[in-house]
Amino acid sequence: MTSRTSLAGGERHRFEDLRALLAAASPRRSGDELAGLAADSDARRVAARMALADLPLAVFLKEALVPYEADEVTRLILDRHDAAAFAPVRAMTVGGFRDWLLSHAADGAALAALAPGLTPEMVAAASKLMRNQDLMAVARKCRVVSAFRTTLGLPGRLASRLQPNHPTDDPRGIAAAVLDGLLLGSGDAVIGINPATDNLPNCMRLLDMLDELRQRHAIPTQSCVLTHVTSAIEIMRRGAPVDLVFQSVAGTEAANAGFGVNLAVLREAHEAALALGRGTLGDNVMYFETGQGAALSAGAHHGLDQQTAEARAYAVAREFRPLLVNTVVGFIGPEYLYDGKQIIRAGLEDHFCGKLLGLPMGVDACYTNHAEADQDDMDQLMTLLGVAGVNFLIAVPGADDIMLNYQSLAFHDVLALRDLLGLRPAPEFEAWLERMGMLTPEGRLRALAPDTAPLARLAAEAGA
Amino acid sequence: MSDGWERLRRATRARIGLGRSGEAVAIRDVLAFQMAHAQARDAVHAALDPGALSEALSDDPGPGVPLLLHSAAPDRGTYLRRPDLGRRLAAESAAAIPRGEWDIAFIIGDGLSATAVQRHAAPVLQAARRRLHGLRLAPPVIALQARVALGDEIGARLGARLAVMLIGERPGLSVADSLGAYLTFGPRPGRADSERNCVSNIHGAGGLSHAGAADRIAWLARQALTLGLTGVALKEDMQPALPDVSATLSPPG
Repeated sequence: MTSRTSLAGGERHRFEDLRALLAAASPRRSGDELAGLAADSDARRVAARMALADLPLAVFLKEALVPYEADEVTRLILDRHDAAAFAPVRAMTVGGFRDWLLSHAADGAALAALAPGLTPEMVAAASKLMRNQDLMAVARKCRVVSAFRTTLGLPGRLASRLQPNHPTDDPRGIAAAVLDGLLLGSGDAVIGINPATDNLPNCMRLLDMLDELRQRHAIPTQSCVLTHVTSAIEIMRRGAPVDLVFQSVAGTEAANAGFGVNLAVLREAHEAALALGRGTLGDNVMYFETGQGAALSAGAHHGLDQQTAEARAYAVAREFRPLLVNTVVGFIGPEYLYDGKQIIRAGLEDHFCGKLLGLPMGVDACYTNHAEADQDDMDQLMTLLGVAGVNFLIAVPGADDIMLNYQSLAFHDVLALRDLLGLRPAPEFEAWLERMGMLTPEGRLRALAPDTAPLARLAAEAGA
Repeated sequence: MSDGWERLRRATRARIGLGRSGEAVAIRDVLAFQMAHAQARDAVHAALDPGALSEALSDDPGPGVPLLLHSAAPDRGTYLRRPDLGRRLAAESAAAIPRGEWDIAFIIGDGLSATAVQRHAAPVLQAARRRLHGLRLAPPVIALQARVALGDEIGARLGARLAVMLIGERPGLSVADSLGAYLTFGPRPGRADSERNCVSNIHGAGGLSHAGAADRIAWLARQALTLGLTGVALKEDMQPALPDVSATLSPPG
């Protein structure tokens, strides 16, 4: 790869290759510093952005950041590239592309038509030339609609994943948390459990429980037990009621190998889930989670900065027309995203990159106890994402996930955000809340006690 | 006052049935959350008091005065950003380690919860020692700004066949003082996490007791010395009566 130089601020800066240039142009974050890739001064960071702005966008089609021969994610990106869709922006520089994305000519229809012509590297490069405001403004124009039993991503809607985790997968404890979430209007994106163990009978028991509950109360939503894709394949073979197949994915073949997956096994799982035909409104059957830092922590980043590596994970997700994709943005810890500022920026970047590439993007706005962050930072991130048109957010009882030991959003936070921005749940789910008598005439959630609520039976089944 | 949630709360420690003010969480529950988060953060940022810990250890006429060492991470901020530095010794600490011939070296590292170490490390170490009669135990080491893998370099320099790192686990909102024990046979820099055995969740809120932890550490230590290995190949088939351990904590790096 060719080196690049930039004469900026009275100094000449040399960047060894395209990867080094992208890394140096990234906003400061601890993971790139840990990897030894970050710009060593603020001036060098801006100089890198100046050099990047002048680069032709098409360079990313000629210079693979991870070699084509060595990496199936690179092959996927380049083999799937749609040259006709790319044509409108082919002659632009990265800086020109950023300006065009923000122009009113780049409306929702233009951006949707462009998506197959964009690669993750182009999108990541553009994001490095954008302020937070720009990331929101462009993402808001991208509407990506997906459907299974609910329709997600429609304008004016904000869905949520109800995450009822329990440290020992106790079905009563999980049912109690599901009830709490439903009474607070959560669960239209999915009711999704992270199991404490990947044990197959355990996962099947949880799936059966969620499916019975959904059917008994005629809840228009989908369920998911977030177990490894190979376990999902096996439990589908055994006849378990699998709505969505989940997998964590990353942006390089080696990092995916660290997760124990490759494109072939994802394809196998996708086909198996499609064959079940469980969706009533659509056939988006995959659920992916990602997060900056995953490739570096697996020692599989190939010299890529963590945000560019993350964007490449979206090429993997895009291949399988998912219902849901979310970055678990602050989960990885302060050695990758140090504080609230870095987490907020990364959340907006991930949402922007995913949306521009055509993904139904959601976010788990979250942090760990050793990061410099708190719920105030999550309030900011969720609000910015709400403005940016995020498809869904993750919510847990009281923002405290007692199994994974981190903090996300509370069910209440999603209510507050809907109220603040005038957003509503997915239409099918909203109609169910209405039918159940859970909404006020203004469309707000009533404050209902579990034993008097329309879901009292669920409470009884959960042990109350 | 009954709010209908009492029985459901028995099924989970999750924060269900919180009070509502408009769309927001009611103040009592907001403050309870903030207190739990504050305690977890205080545990992460608290400095270990090596003097108090040495004193607690000296109650027992164990094998010598504790040796105090520092990792290459000079402070907490660096420690949190640079896990690689927390896995290496500072140069002066590396030079200060006397080489001997030991079966087991116990290393107490602050990790991500000095609170856990201050509360549980001394009693666990003393209880473990009593179960390891007849073995050559190195003088205990206290290591500051330590990650689990720092025990590899310390164990190697001490000349120990087995390193046992007692270290503060990453605090959760419900438990901020959980201690973990990591056993590594043939400690040397570069050991993978798959080459260790772990006894985790040692704490007083439904976790493993000091005696229970010591039983498991001693059992694993003797097995490791007999078989000459630790890690995935050493399966723990000791079946002590365990409490319901309901917190899963990640190792602190």
